[in-house]
Amino acid sequence: MSTMDDYHNNVEIQWCPGCPNFGILQAFKKALVELNRAPHEVCMVSGIGQAAKLPHYLRCNFFNGLHGRTLPVALGVHVANPKLNTIVVTGDGDCYGEGGNHFIHTLRRNPDITVVVHNNEIYALTKGQASPTTPRGERRMLQFGGVELAPLNPLAIAILHGCGFVARGFAGNIEHLKGLLVEAISYRGFSYVDVIQPCITWGTHPVSWYRERIYTIGDDYDPGNREAALEKSMEWGERMPIGVIYKTPPAEVFAGRFRKAVGDRPLPELQPPGREKILELLSGFRAAEGSP
Amino acid sequence: MQDMNVVIAGAAGEGVQTVGDILAHTISAQGYAAFTWQEYESRIRGGQNSYSIRIGEKPQNAPLLPADVLLALNEGAVKKYEPLLKEEGTLLAQNQLRERMIAIPFVEIAEEELGDKIYADTIAVGALVGVLGIDPDTLKQVLVEKFRRKGNEVVESNLSAAEEGYRRATQGCKDMCPWKLPRRGGRYYLISGNEAIPLAAAFAGCRFIAAYPMTPSTGIITYLAREEELLGVFAEQAEDEIAAVNMALGASYAGARAMTATSGGGFALMVEGVSLAGMTETPLVIVLAQRPGPATGLPTRTAQGELLFAINAGHGEFPKLVLAPSNPYDAFHKIVKAFNLADKYQMPVIVLTDHFLADSQFSVSDFDLGTAGPGFYLADPQEIRDYKRYRLTEHGISPRLYPGQSEHLVGVDSDEHDEEGHITEDLGATVRAMVQKRLAKIDGLKKEISLPEEISVNDVDTVLVGWGSSRGALLEGLSLLKQEGKKAGMIHFTELWPLPEFTFPEGKTYITVESNATGQLARLLRSEYDVSFQGTINRYDGLPLTGEYIRSYFNEYYG
Repeated sequence: MSTMDDYHNNVEIQWCPGCPNFGILQAFKKALVELNRAPHEVCMVSGIGQAAKLPHYLRCNFFNGLHGRTLPVALGVHVANPKLNTIVVTGDGDCYGEGGNHFIHTLRRNPDITVVVHNNEIYALTKGQASPTTPRGERRMLQFGGVELAPLNPLAIAILHGCGFVARGFAGNIEHLKGLLVEAISYRGFSYVDVIQPCITWGTHPVSWYRERIYTIGDDYDPGNREAALEKSMEWGERMPIGVIYKTPPAEVFAGRFRKAVGDRPLPELQPPGREKILELLSGFRAAEGSP
Repeated sequence: MQDMNVVIAGAAGEGVQTVGDILAHTISAQGYAAFTWQEYESRIRGGQNSYSIRIGEKPQNAPLLPADVLLALNEGAVKKYEPLLKEEGTLLAQNQLRERMIAIPFVEIAEEELGDKIYADTIAVGALVGVLGIDPDTLKQVLVEKFRRKGNEVVESNLSAAEEGYRRATQGCKDMCPWKLPRRGGRYYLISGNEAIPLAAAFAGCRFIAAYPMTPSTGIITYLAREEELLGVFAEQAEDEIAAVNMALGASYAGARAMTATSGGGFALMVEGVSLAGMTETPLVIVLAQRPGPATGLPTRTAQGELLFAINAGHGEFPKLVLAPSNPYDAFHKIVKAFNLADKYQMPVIVLTDHFLADSQFSVSDFDLGTAGPGFYLADPQEIRDYKRYRLTEHGISPRLYPGQSEHLVGVDSDEHDEEGHITEDLGATVRAMVQKRLAKIDGLKKEISLPEEISVNDVDTVLVGWGSSRGALLEGLSLLKQEGKKAGMIHFTELWPLPEFTFPEGKTYITVESNATGQLARLLRSEYDVSFQGTINRYDGLPLTGEYIRSYFNEYYG
């Protein structure tokens, strides 16, 4: 059995004291314990930003790469070793801004990985500039006259592009978020959780402002209905739903055909095609013996 | 026999490549060494392109420009390529355009006698085989092989088409076809760089390739994608080159040998990933198939313009290896070396090819694999108790495990990090130690680098210095100069970074030969070896270096 202690890492946490990121970290640990995963079975991939530091604070394998490039890295990890629980921890700037192109195309691929986006509607590490999810009109550290761009709706994008598991969580509701993470990590296919994570340093609103508006989606909601899910994904502002917004039965996952051919072992365990196979293929470039 | 040159010219979509490929394979099957190279425009239809086949008894893998035989598939092609035809050469075209030529209306015959213009290509090959005095049975055998999978009817029609072309050509030849290419015993591999490279990658244990299509690199991932299940190499077309390099790094971190392939513009997008490979110490092989720049440049032409870009690619300071094979056989061995050293030194390796090497088919007498093979350097988790991905070691190489291999945790970071891979700002101790550790790997790496190839350097006053795919042209240039009584030697580099311990003999006149405008090799060697160059033979019009180009440039400026 794995325990919370297994996931404890003796690394100084660089987040601001009181940051809701601590709640997300806690939810992750609880979810992995509930799933009874050992740290070495988990591989976290992150990029740059405050969210990207999370893998340093949770004992597991990790690849903390470049800004915006989490999804391609995670895809490579997943293809090489599908037995790992590959989890991407990213932020709104990392995933929707710098990595927006990868977000769209990874949705189309449906790899069996989980993506968790710390969405604070802001660039926090670079001190408060607008992110792709900053509301229009909001004055930011670089948008002195207010943001002119329309905010992105990443949940709707995910639903429209075939993502089979789309959820929204709240960093201030650890138990609920833990439940979402357990379900997302267990889902076979691309699972995506956007987490409302108010920034207590640069954000416009305090955590309480979010708490007043957030509500948990009830049992009467059918996450299998795509149109209803799209509608739910557009609910934002005075009422903010959290929970599983869209979920479909698992579909064929990325690299499935290749894996059927070569089996599910990690690629480094496979024997390379030997000398004879290569010589045979090379002989195809040579005129046949005794011809004509 | 003296080497001869056949040029097939026409618009894109007219069958230049089909005719060229079938003829090249027929020549190879007849026991001759063929060398083929193509020049074409960046378009799917129209324009004027050419496919040149050099025929000889021994491999001479360098382009010849003057044509002994020109097959022009349209009148525009006659206009554009007729200047290449030797005075006594033979022109083969659809219509009678001049007195001394052979006119065969391929398309008309195909439509009228075979019921489909699709057979025009085979009629044309049959005609060329007739002109060259090759046994038509050799062509027939090649056609059977090529079309067997399409069924008997297609095979039969192609055989009839070939016969018809052959018959018409031999009738029309009169005194215009002095050639005879009787069957010889030679058996050559006819292979291009983009065919040798993916095979070498698979042989070296590559398991993953991600790439974005870009001429002239696309053939590599195409081959691996087609043979995905046979070779067990997963191939993915990425959404862009940034994704491609990061996918490869993810797979490599997870223990799979991984590569990507691109050209200059795509490589520019990948450069941050090169630096990431350096910082995270993740093995990575990148094939950079050069074409002329800047920006989009000439997409379907050749150049050696990315030497200094490749060597300097990536922000920050970290070890990397840059190789530049001279031909497909060399490329095979360099790719195996690239994968092995990327693994051993946990770093990015860039293999520089170019359009000329990627696309041209070279004749290779013996594709000897020698002792080459995959050498793996992953650590054994059972021998490690307290695992740290970036453990400080004397030679800078830390034991590398992959995630999920054992209970040991593998953490890597693009930030400056401590031994466990965690972000550090411990400037005095940890940061200095990590910088030194990474750079310490260069000492070992330098010992793995092969010396340049030297020819006649001690016996001559003038030495031509080149690199990569121009080796064949250089060798031919030397022999053409020799025929004129001019003695020149050669120093040729295929391993360019880090440079090997090497001394340029003093008192010689050194001239670099490069497919770029600014003499990048000269700049590199000057700074590393403190050698001075008296000049540079450049070519930067998008066409490959040839022996004749080198000879005439040499005579004009340095003779």
